Amino acid sequence: MSGLPEDLKYAMTHEWARLEDDNVVRVGITDFAQEQLGDLVYIEMPELGRKVKAGEQCAVVESVKTASDLFSPVTGEIVAVNVALADEPEEVNSSPYQAWLFCVKADNPPELDLLMDADAYRLMIEQ
Amino acid sequence: MLKETPLYNLHLELGAKMVSFAGYQMPVQYSKGIIHEHLHCRNHAGFFDISHMGQCLISGDKAAGELERLTPGNITGLQPGEQKYTVLTNKDGGIIDDIIITRLTSGLMIIVNAACKDKDYAYLQSHLSEQCDFMELPDHALFALQGPAAARIIGKFSADAAELVFMHACATEIDGMPCNISRSGYTGEDGFEISVANEYAERLARCLLAEDEVEAIGLGARDTLRLEAGLCLYGHELNEAVTPVEAGLQWLFKKGHNEFPGADKILGQLQKGPNKIRAGLLVKSKIPVREGSVIVNNEDIIIGHVTSGSFSPSLGQPIAMALLDRNSADLGNTLYGIVRHRKIAATVTKLPFIRHRYHR
Repeated sequence: MSGLPEDLKYAMTHEWARLEDDNVVRVGITDFAQEQLGDLVYIEMPELGRKVKAGEQCAVVESVKTASDLFSPVTGEIVAVNVALADEPEEVNSSPYQAWLFCVKADNPPELDLLMDADAYRLMIEQ
Repeated sequence: MLKETPLYNLHLELGAKMVSFAGYQMPVQYSKGIIHEHLHCRNHAGFFDISHMGQCLISGDKAAGELERLTPGNITGLQPGEQKYTVLTNKDGGIIDDIIITRLTSGLMIIVNAACKDKDYAYLQSHLSEQCDFMELPDHALFALQGPAAARIIGKFSADAAELVFMHACATEIDGMPCNISRSGYTGEDGFEISVANEYAERLARCLLAEDEVEAIGLGARDTLRLEAGLCLYGHELNEAVTPVEAGLQWLFKKGHNEFPGADKILGQLQKGPNKIRAGLLVKSKIPVREGSVIVNNEDIIIGHVTSGSFSPSLGQPIAMALLDRNSADLGNTLYGIVRHRKIAATVTKLPFIRHRYHR
């Protein structure tokens, strides 16, 4: 688990989050998460325009073996989902930090500071 | 404390992700993942460590007759070297376990499910007379080699094994190591199961894995392979409350045999047809409909539940098996699995999903 991008924030529930322009937070799942899940076969995305709270369940990733909930790392509105993953969920397995799942326009970007940085997340998954 | 099979260290060396299964640490997948392993087995050959399964031997002149009174199957008719898939039934007609019985020269070898081992052994010992000798074989490992290349590979080591036909077994050797090999398996592919003393287990495994076309396959792909093959898994399609008729296993019954536990109920169902039956479902979307999901009909009436559901790597779409109300289970019917409060359409489909390729 060497390659944790340093510019991302990480949630306890294994989502990564990146703050971009205009308070938009891009969200995906970590390499650790995809490896634990195994081959992904379906991703249920949140609806565009949906209001979500930080920690609210808003997507589901399904591997061959299991279905696993995903949670929004911040409070805000879903402004984009990665529709390309509908046909290629396996992209999340091969490139977890490129294959983002959805974007939330954050009501309060400093909320991101409640998430872990790469060092803290590394510590968590190594335990 | 979880048990290990003799291949524990080899699994780790091969990059396995280990999980707890029926009291054992078992490989659920290796580094390339379930879909890769599944397709490799369908297209080439897969090696499976199934040493967690129970192996026991029942001997004595009366063994076959006594065993036959515990199962609807034909055990007395087994000739040396023949094997049968059958079930142990309880007095209510439910299934205690599904097992494979092989007639060897030394007696009847039985392979039971790992999770049922203790229950089965206690049951067999209490239901067999003193004229039968019961012996567990915990010092034996069990492997499966499955797939279209399996016969060619086994033939490099044992001509006798390569000549077997489906559901037959022989005592032979692989690279000097004595073993019992049967032409059987649980993937729907042609293949073999190999029982070998623990002391030879790792060497024999390495022998087979050294072949170009062979890759190690974990429990994850073992499950998707058997699901595509429409085969029952104990604890899912089969349990103490499901009869062999409901499970669609009437093909294993011995005609005229009515002296086994639960025979009244089971033979009654055979005559009148059961109220519920096991059926295949081809899901019409990409959303997997998994075990436990409720199945409803057009009118939103609950007509059954999913017993196994996953993604089919061969078909590239989700499939499932379900226990359904018989009247709703006609082939071609559209039914709905409930997933996260949504109705996911599925078509009742003939089993198996993938044609069996047994060498008969």
